[in-house]
Amino acid sequence: MSLQNNMKPRHKRALLIIGALIVIGVAALLILNALNSNIALYVTPSDVANGKAPQSQTFRIGGLVKSGSLRRDGITVHFVVTDLVKDIPVSYTGILPDLFKEGKGAVVQGRLNQNGEFVASEVLAKHDENYMPPEAKHALEQAQKQEVQK
Amino acid sequence: MIPELGHYALILAFCIALVQGVLPLLGAYQGRREWLVLAKPAAQTVFLLLAFAFGSLAWSFYVNDFSVLYVAEHSNTQLPTVYRFGAVWGGHEGSLLLWLLLLSTWTFLVAQLSDALDEFMVARVIGVLGLVSSGLLLFVIATSNPFERLLPAAQEGRSLNPLLQDPGLVFHPPMLYMGYVGFSVAFAFAIASLLSNRLDAAWARWSRPWTTAAWIFLTLGIALGSWWAYYELGWGGWWFWDPVENASFIPWLVGTALLHSLAVTEKRGVFKSWTVLLAITAFSLSLLGTFLVRSGVLTSVHAFATDPRRGIFILILLSLVVGSSLTLYAIRAPKRATGAQFTLTARETMILLGNVFLVAAAASVLLGTLYPLLIDALNLGKISVGPPYFNAVFVPIMIPLLVLMGIGPWTNWKNTHLLTVIQRLWIAALLAVIAAVLIPTIMGEFTWLASLGFLLAFWIIGSGIQQVMRQFKTGRPTRSFIGMQFAHLGIAIFVIGVTMVGAYQEERDVKMSSGDTVTVGAYQIQMKGIGAVAGPNYKATRGTFEVSRKGQLETTLYPEKRNYFSSTMPMTEAAINAGLTRDIYVSLGEALPDQSWAVRVYYKPFVDWIWGGCLLMALGGLIAISDKRYRSKWRATHEA
Repeated sequence: MSLQNNMKPRHKRALLIIGALIVIGVAALLILNALNSNIALYVTPSDVANGKAPQSQTFRIGGLVKSGSLRRDGITVHFVVTDLVKDIPVSYTGILPDLFKEGKGAVVQGRLNQNGEFVASEVLAKHDENYMPPEAKHALEQAQKQEVQK
Repeated sequence: MIPELGHYALILAFCIALVQGVLPLLGAYQGRREWLVLAKPAAQTVFLLLAFAFGSLAWSFYVNDFSVLYVAEHSNTQLPTVYRFGAVWGGHEGSLLLWLLLLSTWTFLVAQLSDALDEFMVARVIGVLGLVSSGLLLFVIATSNPFERLLPAAQEGRSLNPLLQDPGLVFHPPMLYMGYVGFSVAFAFAIASLLSNRLDAAWARWSRPWTTAAWIFLTLGIALGSWWAYYELGWGGWWFWDPVENASFIPWLVGTALLHSLAVTEKRGVFKSWTVLLAITAFSLSLLGTFLVRSGVLTSVHAFATDPRRGIFILILLSLVVGSSLTLYAIRAPKRATGAQFTLTARETMILLGNVFLVAAAASVLLGTLYPLLIDALNLGKISVGPPYFNAVFVPIMIPLLVLMGIGPWTNWKNTHLLTVIQRLWIAALLAVIAAVLIPTIMGEFTWLASLGFLLAFWIIGSGIQQVMRQFKTGRPTRSFIGMQFAHLGIAIFVIGVTMVGAYQEERDVKMSSGDTVTVGAYQIQMKGIGAVAGPNYKATRGTFEVSRKGQLETTLYPEKRNYFSSTMPMTEAAINAGLTRDIYVSLGEALPDQSWAVRVYYKPFVDWIWGGCLLMALGGLIAISDKRYRSKWRATHEA
């Protein structure tokens, strides 16, 4: 301890700055690492159908819940998310949010299983009845554009 | 008529706020006393005008004046009176008016309580606040006028979103805004000190209670919001790392850093530049929070209104505030070290290190919040950054901070013999290790993360107990000291709550019909029946669930599924049996075909400690600002 008391202020400041830089560096490393593995990509139903979905990571699909597709099996529900061009079957075990409705927009997060069914770990429907998730809207617009180009 | 008067008051307030912003600052610059004296009366007038405008809007809600567009959009005749009042800030325009009213309230308080300050300083502080006020007033008048008429008037209003019809949400925005806006005072003091080249201990002493006051409100506001989300959204979570939550949490982190940094500047006269930078940052982040929430760039619960013009306006205001204050900072901030000596083990270093962790945490949360917007803006695709990112980054940064919290209060200013401190703290360390081993064992499952949580919490508690014991040996503790103890204990209590819920909660989503029983924790929950009930402005399906433990009936819970008349969306009202050591949480999902229901049953151990910890922190802040020495010391140095 006594050593430090004899340090020159210049050295001390340098040490403080180095200490701060180390903290910032570690924080930056943590951030980059976490960003790499913990972000969920939004994929449109058409892209999923065309095999453009990430295989090993969870991702999100935005779209409409297809009317008449909802089927219950105890606490598990099956439904179809669509961008009006391609349909993706989804299964979810748990309680759906209040605003989840057939024909309305929804966002699901999860991953594909071997049968091509999307197993959702989370279903998001927003808290306002007149509100369409922008990701769902985006998916519909994308699908429409591609249709027109064809 | 009343709404027009309110609108008129707003415009008048803008004109006077301009006077309040320009003349005192110019007067202070040119040494014209006759302009300086305008500051206080102008601030008082703006406050009265805004109070009148706010009152007019509240009145329009009270009398159901649906010829006012904002009222028609956010209220209806069936809304109970309390919620009609809460609906005043239930939407974009009204909440901005509240923002302004609170800003003028802070300004008014500064004007009333600043007799001890010299008039140049007061004029500059009030002037800076006046500039901020006039910027936001212009924003409200130009893009978000709450008094806009709807002609012909609507027969009946649209409903307030049923989610918002809740006492927790009546008080959440005012608290939160009071905190947000309160950082404007610390900001104004920092700018005024830069302008007058008087960054000294007196400046820090003056800013401190104001910053603490704002911080108390922000703490309570965030806690209220979290509590509301817990019982109202029906998912039983207490924090979602939702961008809107982050928008309030980032200023809190920086504000906490500012509180501590101000203490060093006051006591030791060092870190001045850093403290000023934090004051500017805290307020800028509050403005950024307003921008994020109110521009609609974020997609979340709170983004009810979306209007790009509004976003651009706030963005311009934000860049003006940040740009001009940083320029001033670059020109005026003290460049040479003040020469105060301290070692690497001194309290100064400990607080600085804590500051670095807090700011790093704030930066990582900010990055995670803005990253999806950035990626989207660059057309690189759409992504979402969710809780896993924030947990992965935030928690590791907090660990060393919590360790530091046990050591920091033991260190002395200037220099500490670290070895002695460590030797003394073996009792706290022992307590922490015992807790880290014992508590997970009692709870029935040992996980390293839970163990770490208890280790850190009891490290802080143990260190705190030892500090209190030492303090009583040497003399009467000051209120600052008691305040710090409460606030730090609050953090420990909070950590215990978070750890318990994270490691030992049980969540069951099950299909139930009358007579079925489900077990969570040591509790059996039996569904007794389900029926219809009527509320003042809704119809509901209500379930009856009996909670028993070891065959003894503990309580009966009545979760509801409500359908409000004015809205087509169903609402889940969870039923919660709260307790000191656990909450039992039952909420109804949806009706299943065969008379059964999807039901969500949670067992949440120690969850109330999360908000209890926040209350303790706020209480600590309150005790700290009640310390009389601020005023008396200020006078002493000032007269000397």
